[in-house]
Amino acid sequence: MRKLGAALLTGALCLSGCSAGSLGSSDETAAGQTQITFLTNNDPANVKVAEAMIAAFEAKNTGVDVKLDTRPQGSEGDNLVKTRLATADMADVFEYNSGSLLQAIAPQTNLTPVSGEAWVGDLDPVFKQVVTANNEVYGSPWGPAVGGGIFYNKPLYTKLGLQVPKTWADFMSNNAKIKAAGVAPVQQTYSETWTSQVLVLADFHNVAAADPGFAENYTNNKAKYATTPAAQAGFQHLEELHKAGYWNKDFASAKYNDGLAAVAEGKAGHYPMITFGIPALDTAAPGKVNDVGFFALPGTDASKNGVTLWEPSGIYIPKSTEGDKLAAAKKFQAFVASAEGCTAYGSAAPLGGPFVVKSCTLPADVAPAVKDLSAYIDAGQASPALEFLSPIKGPALEQITVEVGSGIRSAGDAAKLYDEDVKKQAQQLGIQGW
Amino acid sequence: MKDPGLVMLRKSPYPYWFLIPGGLVFTVFFLVPSVMAFWFSLTRWTLFDQEFIGLDNYVQFFREPALASGLWHTLVYAVVTSGLKVILGMALAVLLTAPILGRGFMRSVAFFPVLVSTIGVGLTFQVLMHPTEGVINQILGWAGITGPAWLVDPDWALLSVAFVDVWQGVGLATVIYMAGILSIPGEYFEAAKVDGASAWHRFRRITLPLAKPATVSVILLSLIGGLRKFDLIWAMTKGGPGFTSDVMASVIYKQYQAGFYGLSTAGNVVLFLLVILIALPLFWFFNRKDDNQ
Repeated sequence: MRKLGAALLTGALCLSGCSAGSLGSSDETAAGQTQITFLTNNDPANVKVAEAMIAAFEAKNTGVDVKLDTRPQGSEGDNLVKTRLATADMADVFEYNSGSLLQAIAPQTNLTPVSGEAWVGDLDPVFKQVVTANNEVYGSPWGPAVGGGIFYNKPLYTKLGLQVPKTWADFMSNNAKIKAAGVAPVQQTYSETWTSQVLVLADFHNVAAADPGFAENYTNNKAKYATTPAAQAGFQHLEELHKAGYWNKDFASAKYNDGLAAVAEGKAGHYPMITFGIPALDTAAPGKVNDVGFFALPGTDASKNGVTLWEPSGIYIPKSTEGDKLAAAKKFQAFVASAEGCTAYGSAAPLGGPFVVKSCTLPADVAPAVKDLSAYIDAGQASPALEFLSPIKGPALEQITVEVGSGIRSAGDAAKLYDEDVKKQAQQLGIQGW
Repeated sequence: MKDPGLVMLRKSPYPYWFLIPGGLVFTVFFLVPSVMAFWFSLTRWTLFDQEFIGLDNYVQFFREPALASGLWHTLVYAVVTSGLKVILGMALAVLLTAPILGRGFMRSVAFFPVLVSTIGVGLTFQVLMHPTEGVINQILGWAGITGPAWLVDPDWALLSVAFVDVWQGVGLATVIYMAGILSIPGEYFEAAKVDGASAWHRFRRITLPLAKPATVSVILLSLIGGLRKFDLIWAMTKGGPGFTSDVMASVIYKQYQAGFYGLSTAGNVVLFLLVILIALPLFWFFNRKDDNQ
């Protein structure tokens, strides 16, 4: 097993480290140019954005040649980043998560602090907080902030005369009507397990509204999912929807792209998702982006309804980048956080939410779902997701939510099991009081 | 009996310097990593730094909720795959040692899946076993049978992977059995025939007992292989849905993936001991019976 893990890892290292782009291209670099590599995840939409960003950057900075390098997404990519950092073999500048996952790559030991750079003053305060460790800022934002909630099919809502629900009860009554009309009310896509967590994670605004101290108490081992009704609600919702038979028939084998296509084409009424899915909507169901709307996850209290926000990932420079390459990497990092960088980002793919740089504005032609999300943020009805307020997120949540959504485990049991998972993570991170 | 180690040391035909290259390779690539693995299993290790925590990782690993079910799944998986490989391997070997048309070609075909990449096999069967669009359920559908959802049905997921494992691995069992059967002198069969033994009797009384060394090899190899199986399960279900097809190896891998490096190293030590605990007694048991014959 260990051998296989190692083999996979070396294979993955080779995929990124030995890709043709980074090997054969040094000849092309013109004299006097500094060449740097930029490592980001291999999601096709993201690669398109990265290419556009590099093109815009190189047009302005002719002395720098940026090579694109990609890594897998998810935990596999995590391991790759950690291994390359630990062996001082990291790309000159790279994209990686902000918030709790950033803490796991030990920024103090591995990354170059950039608190003194001019662009730092232009950052949205919440974003600045999630790329900060020990009072030092480490990253610039890679793209817009996104919101977790529910995508809904607008033509279907119009046809059935439905209103955007503000409470869970309203949502369930909408679901009943959608089911009566012969359409699957809620789409789930358990072939890609991470998608199953949204109903729990995106419910955090409601948790924070009911129990403002939850994030802090949770971090200090004082609040538990199993004993906090508001926190357990996410698991309850999953159980309730499964029991009511509101899922699409192929929920166990459907994939993320199937989910996006289903809600865009009206084969499903709702798809709980984070708005970073908006750029992918266009590939999953071409020309249907305007048929998809977005609303925050409904809770118990309509007056406190609001959206849970995910901050963008960051662009970081490892300590192993030095000299000319460091100067070039810093230029690239700053460019990403500039108005030109935002424009380049928006030119390559539809945006999934508003930017977190003050000098950036949303173009007028953004998708309706983004406008829906911005309305919540402008009205102040938004909270950051738990993973940005607490360093602890249990790694097995996605398996547990698949179990609840498939009827294998009850919501109460699942909350208890997740508490155990959280405990393990907290101990690993060496957090006081666990 | 003399200690075999001592005998070897005294009677080594080579001077010591001759053993240095081998010793060096052994130390650097096997001894040091093994000792380090035991050490890291006692630490909380983030790749960047480590903290000695004694046996806490082992305590944590045995408290792991997925472990109890994972342990059970591992045993089920190992026994099912091993059992089916013994039965099917024997049946195929009897077929492929018979004087049939195109025997050489058919032998190659039976062995072919062994040579294919396990990940490739896993991904292919993931498509074939898709509950609605997969070829398997479509064919069952023509026969009027509603097939199970295979990999995404909690009750079938583990067995589905086990079936694919048997398909892929039975070729090796067949080859071992063929060697066993071909080494049985033909006179025995002729004599039995003259005495009027039926086909079933000849199989039961000659082939089966005389191919026993082959059976022992097949059982041991496939049982150990089943206990530490990971690649196929990971390619097909990643232990899901939920934890329903999680085995020891995938539980350990997930700890590693989550960044619990010390914990997953402890898990590997546990898996190592488990394989020894199951395989060694079996090995002794089979060998003792051989001595009695």
